[in-house]
Amino acid sequence: MAHKDCPHCPPKPDRRNFLTKVAAIVIGGLTAVAVPLAGVFVLFDPLRRKSEAGEAVLVATLNALPEDGEPRKFPVLATRVDAWNRTPNVPVGAVYLQRLKDNSVRAFNVVCPHAGCFVDYRAKEKCYLCPCHNSRFGLDGKIVTKKSPSPRGLDDQAVEIRNGTEVWVTFQNYRAGVHNRIPV
Amino acid sequence: MKSVLDWLDHRTGVKQLVHEALFENVPGGARWRYVWGSTLVFCFAIQVITGLFLWLAYSPSSQTAWESVYYIQYEMWGGWFLRGLHHFTAQAMTVLLVIHLMQVVIDGAYKAPREVNFWSGVVLMLLTLALSLTGYLLPWDQKGYWATKVATNIAAITPVIGPSLQKIVVGGSDYGHHTITRFFALHAGIIPGAIIAFIVAHIYLFRRHGITAPKPKPKTGRPGRPDAAFWPEQVLRDAVACLAVLLVVLFLIFRYHGAELGSPADPSEQFSAARPEWYFLFLFELLKYFPGGTEVWGAIVIPTLLMAVLAAMPYIANWKLGHRFNLGFLWVMLAGVGVLTFLAMRADRSNPDYALAVHAAERDNKRVVELAQSPDGIPVSGAVTLLRNDAFTQGPKIFAKSCASCHRFDGHDALGGQPKDPQSAADLNGFASREWITGLFDPQRIVSLHYYGGTKLKGGKMVKFVQEDVAGFKEEEKALLQKAIVALSAEAQLKAQRTRDQADAALIETGTKALLGDKLGCMECHKFHDSGESSAPDLTGYGSKDWLTALLGNPGHDRFFGSRNDRMPAFGEEKQLSPQEISLVVDWLRGDWYEPAKVK
Repeated sequence: MAHKDCPHCPPKPDRRNFLTKVAAIVIGGLTAVAVPLAGVFVLFDPLRRKSEAGEAVLVATLNALPEDGEPRKFPVLATRVDAWNRTPNVPVGAVYLQRLKDNSVRAFNVVCPHAGCFVDYRAKEKCYLCPCHNSRFGLDGKIVTKKSPSPRGLDDQAVEIRNGTEVWVTFQNYRAGVHNRIPV
Repeated sequence: MKSVLDWLDHRTGVKQLVHEALFENVPGGARWRYVWGSTLVFCFAIQVITGLFLWLAYSPSSQTAWESVYYIQYEMWGGWFLRGLHHFTAQAMTVLLVIHLMQVVIDGAYKAPREVNFWSGVVLMLLTLALSLTGYLLPWDQKGYWATKVATNIAAITPVIGPSLQKIVVGGSDYGHHTITRFFALHAGIIPGAIIAFIVAHIYLFRRHGITAPKPKPKTGRPGRPDAAFWPEQVLRDAVACLAVLLVVLFLIFRYHGAELGSPADPSEQFSAARPEWYFLFLFELLKYFPGGTEVWGAIVIPTLLMAVLAAMPYIANWKLGHRFNLGFLWVMLAGVGVLTFLAMRADRSNPDYALAVHAAERDNKRVVELAQSPDGIPVSGAVTLLRNDAFTQGPKIFAKSCASCHRFDGHDALGGQPKDPQSAADLNGFASREWITGLFDPQRIVSLHYYGGTKLKGGKMVKFVQEDVAGFKEEEKALLQKAIVALSAEAQLKAQRTRDQADAALIETGTKALLGDKLGCMECHKFHDSGESSAPDLTGYGSKDWLTALLGNPGHDRFFGSRNDRMPAFGEEKQLSPQEISLVVDWLRGDWYEPAKVK
């Protein structure tokens, strides 16, 4: 039955077609949703990826660390896993190593806990300074300025001296921008 | 022709479409201030076109992204221009967005019934900024890598969803292949798709409500200008404005020789020159003022609030002074952005460390291109290994770290800085060259810091020999010494001296005899090939790669200083430096690295 005043308009839908409406919405909706759903799994796949727990690697020898306690930066060579690639013995990060008076070694991850830049060591001021937002850390890695943008001190790394002179470091990155150290 | 058009029109209604597009009413006639929206559409069109062409050559993975952009930039016909066009149009687009926003607010074009259109504009602005952020990473150079790393770390502090959001965007817990593929999908697919949808809505709504006509000025008493159609007056103005934008972009492309390409991203390599694109500098600066744990305010809360006020403008305008408030808010916000940008730039300008970092970055940028263009080209492992294995790049860094606490190179630590400790061993710039050895035989200079002045060799036999014997040399002996120096220096087989050494073959032969002979007395302490004593360093192959490698291995070996070795560590034997590091620093000290052939 056509409209009286609108000859081109379709006839008004029947009022007793509740089931048709529901079916149209459900079938149409399912069809529309099914395909994007297929992609959602791939989209969220990174959530189940975790970086492999670091093993201790040989980073330097004790002799390479100045006795006056000045920190030195060393690359950490390990196996880098990047999606489908697995590359052994490449730099995965870097650490500052500092020889302490009792010949133990202190190690800091060079990554600034604020936003992830690499900190510089400033020999003249005996502090670490981040070149991005100017976070400052003392030789002990602690925050030295009151309003430091960094929420925590530098992240220390587990160190082990093997065979008297070899400095082995268990390298670990932590989440930036938070007070607590949460491994990533 | 007309019949074809009629046929097409009958089936598509194209005539009406064109008519609607061209003969829209422009109240008060064409004006220059209406051109901004059109320039933005124009810019977006440029980005789509240049972006698709770049896509033909871009390869998104961490071993190929930089490499393919390098290939576009330096090897492909007109690649640098295409990239330059894409890069500088992006910059122009940001500026035009701000101008368009200002014009809309000043003219009150955001007020009812145009709220939805205004909001779609705000969304378009954010999408465009997101395009810029994602595009910055795609060349996978140091600059983009580190700036984006900061940006995604900041995204991670978003309350509740932050860490998961970061993982989804980055494609894992660390940067890699999937970071690039995801950023590329966002940059070339998802965001442009959304922008197209929003532009369609934006222009549809704009056409639906029409241009916001300026209010008539009753005081002047003059009648307002008559309305006119979009075609041709406004179209002409739009075309001129687009041309002007294009000319500015072209100027920038030629002024800066296209877009910059930094050295390839290296997750283990310091990049102290990391800065975001200039129009994000204000956010970068803002973060300096938020103490640890509160940066969520600077990075997320404040920008979100500002955007919320912007979005609320149509409602704020309903108050009596609402429009003035909106105008004031916009000016204050833009002034704040301007001041923060200025502060960030000023801090960098007056920071000598930043200047050094930029200088070092430029050195690497230039170098990696030289290496990529070398006959060996880029290995499958990617361009990042080119710099890691390059003596010219790594030598100064190794020297600064391991040698410069005692030695100097041309008066500095080889990177242009000054170490904390005063110089206490020789300056090794030009080591083993004729000039360097000649200086060693100068009675004054040998005891200067440049040579033995800072070491315990200062009181040794060699200094005594130079100050007592050499100082009293007659002309004939002096000439002999000169020849011996040339011969000794030839042992090093320095690249820079190759042609001189070849030309002086006869001289070197006499010099070698002088070294071995009695007149100078070298063999009384030194060993040279099969002759002489070994109480002082063996001069066989002095300064050569093998000699220096062995010296760094253990300077206290009998072949070198023996028990007279001052403080120099056995870098090799004590594993203070890896064999590769020793090889790199030795090559660098000897000036032995790949150099591109000079084009005449």
